[in-house]
Amino acid sequence: MSEATADSVGSVGPAEVPEVELYHAHTWLTKYVFSQDAKVIAIQYSLTATAIGLVALVLSWLMRLQLAFPGTFSLIQSENYYQFITMHGMIMVIYLLTALFLGGFGNYLIPLMVGARDMAFPYVNMLSYWVYLLAVLILVAGFFAPGGPTGAGWTLYPPQAILSGTPGHEWGIILMLVSLILFIIGFTMGGLNYVVTVLQCRTRGMTLMRLPLTVWGIFTATVMALLAFPALFVGCVMMTLDRLLGTSFFMPTLVEQGQLLKYSGGSPILFQHLFWFFGHPEVYIVALPAFGIVSDLISTHARKNIFGYRMMVWAIVGIGALSFIVWAHHMYISGMDPYFGFFFATTTLIIAVPTAIKVYNWVLTLWKGDIHLTLPMLFALGFIVTFVNGGLTGLFLGNVVVDVPLSATLFVVAHFHMVMGVAPIFVVFGGIYHWYPKVTGRMLDDTMGRIHFWVTFLGAYAIFFPMHYLGLLGVPRRYYELGETAFIPPSAASLNVFITVAALIVGAAQLVFVFNLVWSLSRGKEAGGNPWRATTLEWQTPQTPPGHGNWGKELPVVYRWAYDYSVPGAAQDFVPQNQPAPARTG
Amino acid sequence: MPIVIALVLVAVGSVAFHLLNPWWLTPIASNWEYIDGTIAITFWITGFVFTAVVLFMAYCVFRFRHKEGSQAGYRPENNRLEWGLAIVTGIGVVAMLTPGLFVWSQFVTAPRDSSEIEVVGQQWSWGFRLPGKNGRLGASDAKYVSSNNPLGLNPDDPNGKDNVVIVGDDLHLPIGKPVRVWLRSVDVVHDFYVPEFRAKMDLVPGMVTRFWFTPTKAGTFEILCAGFCGIGHPQMRGNVVVDTENDYQTWLQKQQTFAQLSNPAK
Repeated sequence: MSEATADSVGSVGPAEVPEVELYHAHTWLTKYVFSQDAKVIAIQYSLTATAIGLVALVLSWLMRLQLAFPGTFSLIQSENYYQFITMHGMIMVIYLLTALFLGGFGNYLIPLMVGARDMAFPYVNMLSYWVYLLAVLILVAGFFAPGGPTGAGWTLYPPQAILSGTPGHEWGIILMLVSLILFIIGFTMGGLNYVVTVLQCRTRGMTLMRLPLTVWGIFTATVMALLAFPALFVGCVMMTLDRLLGTSFFMPTLVEQGQLLKYSGGSPILFQHLFWFFGHPEVYIVALPAFGIVSDLISTHARKNIFGYRMMVWAIVGIGALSFIVWAHHMYISGMDPYFGFFFATTTLIIAVPTAIKVYNWVLTLWKGDIHLTLPMLFALGFIVTFVNGGLTGLFLGNVVVDVPLSATLFVVAHFHMVMGVAPIFVVFGGIYHWYPKVTGRMLDDTMGRIHFWVTFLGAYAIFFPMHYLGLLGVPRRYYELGETAFIPPSAASLNVFITVAALIVGAAQLVFVFNLVWSLSRGKEAGGNPWRATTLEWQTPQTPPGHGNWGKELPVVYRWAYDYSVPGAAQDFVPQNQPAPARTG
Repeated sequence: MPIVIALVLVAVGSVAFHLLNPWWLTPIASNWEYIDGTIAITFWITGFVFTAVVLFMAYCVFRFRHKEGSQAGYRPENNRLEWGLAIVTGIGVVAMLTPGLFVWSQFVTAPRDSSEIEVVGQQWSWGFRLPGKNGRLGASDAKYVSSNNPLGLNPDDPNGKDNVVIVGDDLHLPIGKPVRVWLRSVDVVHDFYVPEFRAKMDLVPGMVTRFWFTPTKAGTFEILCAGFCGIGHPQMRGNVVVDTENDYQTWLQKQQTFAQLSNPAK
C-alpha cells in the first residue's frame, strides 16, 4: 500500500496544467467576491454558515430560557417559541452543518487533497455559493415578514404547516419553502462539482484507495445529498402549490377551526415519506464528512496510520447506501402500515454494524499511537464520546417497539442533538483548529482554544445526557410549557434550569471561539506550511495559504496512501503522499 | 492528562447518573411490560458498550500520550480483529432486535376479543366514540363536521346512530379488557399519548390509524398530544379513566348517543 505501481501512474495525463485552463482573477471583485477559486468560495460558505449559525445559537438560548423559566419573558410567547425551534432546527441541519461540511470543508479540501488546481467547474461553483447566500437571506427575511417565520417545527408537517393554527402560516412558510428550494438548487451546482472533481481531477497516482478519508466522507455524502435532496425539493414544491394554488397533494378533506376547507384527497403521510427519504440520509450527509475528517485528525495527531483504512472506506460507502432504506424509522407511530416496522427496524439496526466498525477503528488507531493532545485531537476525542453516546441511544429509537414510548419525547431531542448536533460540530471545531493554519498561515490561539474545548465538551454533555431521562419519564418535545402535568415531578423543572444554565455557558464559550478566529488572523503564531507534520497533499503546497491554482507549475504526483505515519525505518514520523519511493532510509 | 480524568469521569459519571437520578419511566398501567423489558435489555447492552469504549479511550490516551522520543506502532490492518469485532457487534444487535421484533408482532396484532373505541383529534381537544349495541362504529368523514356533529359522523349510516359520542369529557375504559383504538383527525396531525400506557399513535387527517393495549391499573391518566399541532399543542389535554367493570357500565349508561346529540329536541 505504500508504493505506487506502474499501472496507477502510467495511464494518467501530463502533470503540467497550462495556466489558461483556470479563470484568472484580475480585479478585487473577481478575486474576493465573485471568485471562482474554490478556496475563496469555501471561506464564503463558511463565514455565511457561521453567521447564520450564530443566529441559531441565540434562538437556542431563547428557547432554553423559556423552558427553564416559563412565563418569565414577555418576549417569548407561544408563537415565538415555535418559530424559534423551527428556525433553530432548520438552520442547524441545513444552512449550517450541510453548508459548512460540503460547501466549506468540501470546497477547500477536495481540490487540495486530490491534487487538483481547482474544482472541475469553477464558474458553477461560484454560482452555487451565491444561490446559497440568497437562500439564507430569504430564510432570514422570515423574521421580518408579517406574522414572522414559520413555527411549523423543522419537519414542516402539513396540514399544520400551512393552516392558521401555526405561527407564520401567511408568509413564513412560503419563505421557508422557497429558501429550501433555492438551497437545493445551489447545493446541486456545488455537489455535481465535488463529485466530478473527485472522480475526474485527481492527480497522477491518486487512486481512489489512496484518497484521505476526509475526501471519501465528503464525496459519499455529496452523492447521497444529490440523491436525497430531490425528495425534499419536490415536497417543498408540492407544499408551496398546496399553500398558494390550493392543490391537495398533502391536504385531505379537513376542517380548519370549524370551517370546511376546499382541499380533498391528499395525503399528509406522503409528505412525511418524502421528508424523511431526504431527512434520514441527511443525518449521514452531515455525519459522513465528520467521520472522514475525524479519521484524518485522529491519524495525524496520534502519528499513526488510520486503522483498517479499507474497512473504513467500505463502512462509509455501506452506511451511505443503507441510509436510503431506513427512513421510515422516523415514522413508526405515523400511522403508516405498522408491518413496515419489521423491515425498517431491521435495516436500522443493521446500520449499527458498519457504524460500530468505524468507532472501533478510531479507538484502535489510538492504541499504540503517539498521541499529541492538540486541540484537533481533543475535539476528536470529544466527538467519539458524544457520537458513541448518541449512536447507542439510536439503537433505542431504531428498535421499533422501544421507539413507541420514547418518540416525540425529550429522549429524541437529546439523542439527535448528541449524535448529529454536538458530535459533528466537534469535528467542525477540530477541523477548523487543524486547517486554520493552512487557510490563514497562522495558528489559532491555544489557550483560548482549550477554554473553548473544555467548556464546550463538558457543558454539551451536561446539557444533553440528563435530557434523555426527562424523555424516559415521558416529557414531550415541542411543548412551550409543561403546565400542571401529574406525571412530571417538580424535580424535572430543576433539571430544566440546570440544562439552561449549562446551555448559556456553552453558548458563551462559542463567542470565545469566534473571537479567536478573528484575533488569530493577525496575532496568531506563524504556522509555516505543515505545522502538524501531516502527510496529505494540502500540507505540501508551495505556498501557505495556497495560491490560485493551488500548485506551482507542476501538479504533485502521489506515491503512497495518506497514512504513512511512523513508518518503521523512515527518517521522520510522517511520509508525505507526494514523496517518491523508496521512503526508507535503512 | 486532564482529558484522561474527564473521560473516566464521563464514563463513571454517566453510569452513576443512570443509577441514581430520580427520573425514570412512569409506573406502567398497561399490558406493555415487554416494552419496558426491551428498554432494560437495550440499556444494559448499550451501557456496557459506552462504558467500555470510553474507558478504553481513556486508557489509550493515558498509556500512549506523546512523550519525548516515543514512536507510534505501524500496523495498517488486522482482518481477524476487525471481523471479530463486527461479529460481536452483530450479536449485540440481534440480542436487541429479536425481543424488539417479537414484541412488535404483538403490537401489530390486536386480540380477537378486543373492544373498539375511536379517538378523534382536532385543534386542540380530544373527542371519543364508542360503538353501540351491534359493536360497530358508523362511517365518518371530516366533511360532515358541524357544531352538533363534532366528530364528523355520516348521518346516513345506520351503524352510527347509536354510537356513544364524548366531547369535552373524560374517556372511560374498563380495566383488564383489551381495547383496539381507531384514531382520526379532522384537521392536522395529532398523537394520542398516555405515558403510563407506553403505546402511542398519530392521528392523521384523511386516514384512520390504529393500535391496541389493555389497561391494567385503575385510575385517571392524562392524555397529551405528542404530534406537534400548532400553537395550542401543549394545551391539548384529556383524561382516560380506567374503571372496574361496574363503574364503567354506570358511566356508560349516562353517555349520549350520536342520534341523541344530533336531535337535541327529542
